[in-house]
Amino acid sequence: MAQPVISSPHAESKRPFLTEQRRSRITAYTFISPFFILFSIFGLYPIFFTIYLSFFKWDALNPMKFVGMKNYELVTSDPTFWISFSNTLIMGLLGTVPQIILALLIAILLNSGMTRFKKTFRILFFMPNITSIVAVTLVFSTLFGNNGMINWMLNGLGLESVAFNSGWWGVKIAISSMVMWRWTGYNAIIFLSGLQSIPTDLYEAARIDGANRRQQLTFITLPLLKPFIVFVTLLSTIGALQLFTEPYVFLGQSGTGSTRQEGITMVTYLYSEAFRNGFFGTAAATAVLLFVVTIIFSVLNMLVSSRMGGDTGGGKA
Amino acid sequence: MSTLRLLKKDPDDLGIFGKIGFYLILILGALVSIFPFYWMFVVGTNDRGAVFHVPPLLTVGNQFFENFQRVLDKTDFFQALGNSLFVSSMVTISVVFFCTLAGYAFAKYEFPFKNILFYFVIATLFVPQQLGVLPTYVIMAKLHWIDSFKALIVPAMVNAFGIFWMRQYISTAVHTELIEAGRIDGGGHFRIFWNIAIPVITPAMATLGILNFMTVWNDFFWPLVVLKNQENFTIQIALQQLFSNRDGLDYGMIMSATFTATLPLLIVFLLFSRWVIAGLTSGAIKS
Repeated sequence: MAQPVISSPHAESKRPFLTEQRRSRITAYTFISPFFILFSIFGLYPIFFTIYLSFFKWDALNPMKFVGMKNYELVTSDPTFWISFSNTLIMGLLGTVPQIILALLIAILLNSGMTRFKKTFRILFFMPNITSIVAVTLVFSTLFGNNGMINWMLNGLGLESVAFNSGWWGVKIAISSMVMWRWTGYNAIIFLSGLQSIPTDLYEAARIDGANRRQQLTFITLPLLKPFIVFVTLLSTIGALQLFTEPYVFLGQSGTGSTRQEGITMVTYLYSEAFRNGFFGTAAATAVLLFVVTIIFSVLNMLVSSRMGGDTGGGKA
Repeated sequence: MSTLRLLKKDPDDLGIFGKIGFYLILILGALVSIFPFYWMFVVGTNDRGAVFHVPPLLTVGNQFFENFQRVLDKTDFFQALGNSLFVSSMVTISVVFFCTLAGYAFAKYEFPFKNILFYFVIATLFVPQQLGVLPTYVIMAKLHWIDSFKALIVPAMVNAFGIFWMRQYISTAVHTELIEAGRIDGGGHFRIFWNIAIPVITPAMATLGILNFMTVWNDFFWPLVVLKNQENFTIQIALQQLFSNRDGLDYGMIMSATFTATLPLLIVFLLFSRWVIAGLTSGAIKS
């Protein structure tokens, strides 16, 4: 980082109150203040209030009533909550793991020297990310319909149709593939920028030592790409835990909303507790639980990634 | 990559079949990426039953305006599009301005608690939006902002990602000597920011602007929570409303609406895609 100069303390510090240094500090605090003001009101305060609220019974209309841990007991004894929890994890795994592997593959292919039309491919792969999730979900709900294109293709391959819009696995596969479609290209672009930051002379040296393509991949590319893989995995995990729009829209066709058990997620559960049933207390408890789960998974992520690819620079990523 | 090109005759060369396979995978991936856009258009331009054709219909029809007319009958489509345009523009202008200011301060000023404050900004990226959604809703209700665009705009006016993004760019792109020179010439802090820093960092501001515009345009959860009245719906909520009706799904109508709603963003993206992607890859992770 460049050396900051504006607050150079030597500048006429004998002047009365507003010295140059004070003036520049005040300016800096003024420049950063909008974030801290807005975040205090719409970020920090709500977080603490959510935690506070999770110990009260409240419907947003009548006075709040302290109930202790009751909300947490209610939520954790509700089978629907656990279904939403396991759904979130299953769809998270289905949508994230294959996606990251695929993104890595695409990035490596795009990065290898012989690819022509590299820029065009990058744009095409990135395009899904700009579409709204609502639009993606609507399109995929036609593709995954009972007589939709995916089933038609499955039949063509001699396979049975899958009830993508009502089956236990069908719904999860359909929703995960929407997530994958939207984010694979985006992550591939992030990986690609990581690959491009690897110095080429490393490969040259490896070649001189007689390393083949596979060895170069496992001993140079993957270890050096590790920070990018960790970053993408972390963000994908956090995103997966907050899955809402896809299941909400996909399962909302009948107008009854999205609490159907095949695809309910933790956030859908939270949403319907609060804004459908008016149970703000249990919804707040759900939000806190969601946050705890997010932290646990983020920490797990860090632990796993700090273990892999140790000092030898080897190992699989 | 230049290495691979230099050493064409190495034993690891994939050979002609390898190359074909290689391009096949990429082309297949690209087709999967763009097919839904095409399919949206196919269904939107064909009659109501087009989705259920066996084998699937793959050709563009001529029913687009009929389908779109039914959209106009059911929703205030252009009103929703205008609402989205208004909200997204307001948020974007504000985000770009405030994030650039904050990023500049973090990159070029020295002040007490700077690092702690910056880490705090980064840490907020990892807090799920849903954690604070209920109290935020209550605040909005108290302010009488429910069903108003203020509820969408004000909380989104500055964000941590943007600050991080601008700081990364400014710390390398804006030379400290330039700012120094401005100080010697007696320019005020804001004037130096405006006249010296801003012209240098417009590319980063543009990228942030486009990324932010797309995020706000595509947001669904928060507008769903605070918007009640149809005339205030953003385009995402309006699209979802088309989908959630009981009397049989008119996919021709839905897809003509989805396509029309996606088109502006698609055009903007294709015009600026180079910027967006280059910006994204350069600013992704550097610290």
